[in-house]
Amino acid sequence: MISTKALIRLAVLFAILCWLALIASDLFLLFAQQSNVNAGITREIPFLFLTLFILFIFLYFRLKTQKAESINFIDLLWRVFSIGLMVSIIQLVIGLLFYLLSDSKLLKNELAVNFFYHINLGAIVIFLISTFITWKRLILYQKNKRLQFAWQFFEYGLLASLLFSFFDSAFQQWVFTGILGGFFIFGLILSFNLKWIAYLNFKQKWRSILLLSLVLLYLYYFVNNLFNFAQEFSLVLNLLESVFILSIVGFISVYALISILVILFNLPTSSVFEQKISEVLNFQKLSQSIQKGENKDQVYETLLDSSTNAVFSASAWLEISETYENEEGVIETRKKVLKSNIEDNEIIQAKNSIMESGIYAYLNKQKAAGYKKDFIQSKLISNINDPTFSSVMVMPLIVKDEEIGSLTLLKDVSDGFNREMFDIISSFVNQACISIENFELLTEALENERYREELKIASKVQKSLLPSELIQDDKLEMFAFYTSADEVGGDYYDYYRLNEDEVAVIIGDVSGKGTSAAFHMSQMKGVFHSLVQLGLDPKSFLNKANQALASCLDKTSFITAAYYNINTKERKICLSRAGHCPALFYDSSEKKASYFKNKGLGLGIVRDASFEKYIELKQISYKPNDMLILYTDGIIEAKNKSGEEFGYERLCSTIEVNAGRSPKEIKKVLIDRLTDFAESKELDDDYTLLIIRFL
Amino acid sequence: MINIETYKEEQIDYLIVEGDVDASSSIHLDEALTKLADGDDIKAILVDGSKLDYISSAGLGVFMSYIDVFKSKDIQLIIFGLSNKVFNVFQILGLDQLLNITKDKEAAKEKLHEVQS
Repeated sequence: MISTKALIRLAVLFAILCWLALIASDLFLLFAQQSNVNAGITREIPFLFLTLFILFIFLYFRLKTQKAESINFIDLLWRVFSIGLMVSIIQLVIGLLFYLLSDSKLLKNELAVNFFYHINLGAIVIFLISTFITWKRLILYQKNKRLQFAWQFFEYGLLASLLFSFFDSAFQQWVFTGILGGFFIFGLILSFNLKWIAYLNFKQKWRSILLLSLVLLYLYYFVNNLFNFAQEFSLVLNLLESVFILSIVGFISVYALISILVILFNLPTSSVFEQKISEVLNFQKLSQSIQKGENKDQVYETLLDSSTNAVFSASAWLEISETYENEEGVIETRKKVLKSNIEDNEIIQAKNSIMESGIYAYLNKQKAAGYKKDFIQSKLISNINDPTFSSVMVMPLIVKDEEIGSLTLLKDVSDGFNREMFDIISSFVNQACISIENFELLTEALENERYREELKIASKVQKSLLPSELIQDDKLEMFAFYTSADEVGGDYYDYYRLNEDEVAVIIGDVSGKGTSAAFHMSQMKGVFHSLVQLGLDPKSFLNKANQALASCLDKTSFITAAYYNINTKERKICLSRAGHCPALFYDSSEKKASYFKNKGLGLGIVRDASFEKYIELKQISYKPNDMLILYTDGIIEAKNKSGEEFGYERLCSTIEVNAGRSPKEIKKVLIDRLTDFAESKELDDDYTLLIIRFL
Repeated sequence: MINIETYKEEQIDYLIVEGDVDASSSIHLDEALTKLADGDDIKAILVDGSKLDYISSAGLGVFMSYIDVFKSKDIQLIIFGLSNKVFNVFQILGLDQLLNITKDKEAAKEKLHEVQS
């Protein structure tokens, strides 16, 4: 495929060639006629070259002239004007030449006269076609299918009329007039497509009138020139005999004339149209201001500017009450007033006047109703009895059913505000409120994102509070599973090697969930690591831990814990329970698992010395392959869809059935069984499981 | 879901707790107990837990936090009618050692009489 650029060049080249061929063939015919010899070519040959010349010029301008857009109407007209200017200069030069040489022999020579006429002819054809294509662009601005079809019919009809010259002699004058008349009427109908005019502003309208008038002037001058030629000299080829040329001249002048008239009549209303356009643009500005990362103040400024411009108010102010946190962390409100052409004392005065008009009373009533009802226009617009102003419109700014401020517009004439103004201001205000709301949502979303990041860090920190490695030696092996419903949880387990033969193990569960639980859990870790080194027995350990935590925990919080002292040399476990779920002990010789039954009380429930009496110390012996299973209540309380709990029985039987497996496998089987039971991967509690197998 | 109702019978305040008491619904239990504790002339509160399906650690925390308050105001708190499952939760935490928990309403009234005399 040939590119557009190449096509344009080819069109120019062929147009020039055709034009040269036209001159050559015409002059040759004339010369032959003068010499009374047979030229060997017929009359149709120059017609063919003229037709081709017109077609190539047509092609050139079709490719070259850009589409009409609201920004380039004047550019398009300007181009037509400049082409017309060049053509006029050519004509003037030729005219001057004729004037200077009026007495010389040259003008007596028909060959020379015809040669100059052909130059004129080429230039005028270029002007006509370029104008025609420009008019086409303007007519087809915001086209619909029907218009496009009508135009194509017109354009191809005109091009087809080029063929008419070949049969010139065969037709009567009335056919010629009929076709011309047909094109003229069709062109006239098409000329009423003038949508582009509506998009011109006041200045552009005046310019268009000027340029279009010049086009008409050119046309008059060109046609007159051609007519004079035809009158004065005998021509081989008279352009004015072409139905195509005449139709185009007619169409161009009719459209230019109609455009001028329509623009003239549109001049008085153009300010209204410009007003509407600026309203739309302001509206867009309001809705886009947040996307551009502007802040609230810029939205307020845009609102005030657009509103005063939209209703031509004399003065206006925008009052915004903002809540903020002061240095002491107390939420306070401060008022911000954006003024437009008004002084503070005038505002105070105007407020008193507005108060009398009852607008504020109406707003207070709406506020009491939670802004559920739409505002009534007549209640927000009023004439006021004020020394400076005569009418007022007040529009409250409502964000999330709360008034954040109000816009007051004032005029120095009475009845200055109408329904349209109310509508436009209310949509401006709505748009501004949406922007403000979006801005707040965005800020909130960013803040939430930050909190989420913080929580992720907290989660990482908390995971690091749990032991990363567990004991795996020739005396015992430990396996643990931990997961929490939220980013941070309240479950805790840990161990401490007291000496070569003794290991202390703790498991705990903080009441409640989430962040507060996580804080208490880290306190528990601190308590464990400080007290464990004292080498206390489990009961004393829990007693001391209770005392330590008594001053740390809030009123409703407590921690359940169980503490185990494992002596691998004597194969003994010493244990105490502080309200934590009883541990499961698997006896390998009897192949039975059972829960420890000793009394206990959660840490932090009783915060004085009497705590001790609620705790029991217990001691058991174990054999190789016995197991101690520690867990938190999440496992017991896991519910299935019908609300049934996983319970102690299922935990016990799962351990008994799978006791032959390694602790790692037991852990996996148990977790699988639990998730199967709960029928969902969504965990709604913290789960901890710690399996210790003795060797 | 939680549903709390109160009524007064023979100068004894009753509190019926129905449904699940978890971290979020325990607030309502707390409110109800505060209201009773702040009232004048309250001698005893009997909590009817026969329709209590589940209580989480947060719910237990609410009962726990009132032990001292009631003790200082000389108000007797007795919980009765708990299902085995719910009682087990109280027991594991050790609250059965601190709170008066009885089988049914009659036993609760007897217990109250016994404590008051």
